[in-house]
Amino acid sequence: MASNEMKLLGAWPSPFVLRARIALNIKSVEYEFMEENVLVTKSDLLLKSNPVYKKIPVLIHGERPICESLIIVQYVDEVWASGPAILPSDPYDRAVARFWAVYLDDKWFPSLTAILMSDGEEAKKTALEQAIQGLDLLEEAFTKCSKGQNFFGGDKIGYLDIALGSFLGWVRVIQIMANVSLIDESKTPNLFKWDQDFSGHDAVKDVLPETDKLVEFSKFLVAKVKGSGTK
Amino acid sequence: MAEELKLFRTWSSPYGFRVVHGLKIKGLEYETILEDLTNKSASLLEYNPTHKKVPVLVHNGKSICESLVILEYIDETWKHCPLLPQDPYDKAMARFWAKFGDEKVLPSIWSVFISQGKEQEEAVAPAVGNLKFLEELLKGKKFFGGKTIGYLDLAFGLLANLVNILEEIVDLKLVDAEIFPLLSAWMNNFSTDPVIKDCWPPRDKMVEKFKAMREPYLKKVA
Repeated sequence: MASNEMKLLGAWPSPFVLRARIALNIKSVEYEFMEENVLVTKSDLLLKSNPVYKKIPVLIHGERPICESLIIVQYVDEVWASGPAILPSDPYDRAVARFWAVYLDDKWFPSLTAILMSDGEEAKKTALEQAIQGLDLLEEAFTKCSKGQNFFGGDKIGYLDIALGSFLGWVRVIQIMANVSLIDESKTPNLFKWDQDFSGHDAVKDVLPETDKLVEFSKFLVAKVKGSGTK
Repeated sequence: MAEELKLFRTWSSPYGFRVVHGLKIKGLEYETILEDLTNKSASLLEYNPTHKKVPVLVHNGKSICESLVILEYIDETWKHCPLLPQDPYDKAMARFWAKFGDEKVLPSIWSVFISQGKEQEEAVAPAVGNLKFLEELLKGKKFFGGKTIGYLDLAFGLLANLVNILEEIVDLKLVDAEIFPLLSAWMNNFSTDPVIKDCWPPRDKMVEKFKAMREPYLKKVA
């Protein structure tokens, strides 16, 4: 492989893979997308490139693999420094964006998936409350980060837009499957508008998975996860 | 304008010490506010309303939370004595392994610490497996950062301090110098480095604290 060739090991439903794709699109980087069917089997290349976690996404730049979605996004931002910036330039704004991205992965996304995956109405209700609380915090964070513009990154999509925006497909799925409202025009007006702006953005719209395909996939995923628990 | 720098931390939190060591490498002066987590100050709740946790760095009134995020902030604001490597790939590796340390290494060591008997025996293999990755990383290097202490050394620093305290309490050797010659050497080099030496919580208090933390797990089995 040439030293500047790019491969991305991923899967179309994964929000984490989507983050890498959006970052590469922002920088207009060409890459080969290699679809992994991780629920069935993991390729030798994936196992070799990510021996620690054996998970997607993995970006392979030349011969070198980079793993973990947010680390990939930062790597792409730093290598293609002449392209549109993904992280803000000010260290404090960068720290705020990183803080919220960590929050999303460590706290918010687990509560989001728990709405679908947990057993019993009480557990689902608790998960829903936590997810909504998180969105309230993000609604507030949007005002501070956007500084009156359309995105968390200001006038262009940035790190936190990518970190949260990658979950929008799954937010829509959960709203449909659990019959709940998460991003709501009246309760979270900033996020509601931001959702539309982000989803329609050139770097995003062609890689965002279609909601009905994701709904079908989620039914399969829930059945697989819950099925394996009862065996 | 004079820089106003404050660090909210507890006397023992290793995450707080990541920031202490980072600030020391940069030669920065700051005010320390020691928090009692059973009785959090109004200031802490104001500066970290989301998690209400330490450490929190406050720089000219603006708060930065999450120890690894704070380290990157310090590195980007005060560019002398860099903590992170300059090369994007090396930087990505440092970030990856720091995350691995927090998500896998520490929890697996903790599992050994809080379990007993057969359960403890079974917890050892995953912990050793995780530590082997760190041993590999140190090949040809004195520190994870190369010749000098860097971001990844600070991220793993709590291992240098805590592992032998936990080993003493459970009477079990995890980082055996024969199996982990590089990691053992690193723990010694890190602990005795002028920046780190004497910049740790008091050992006897730590032993007492972790013995107390282990108690509830012992009662479960009995």
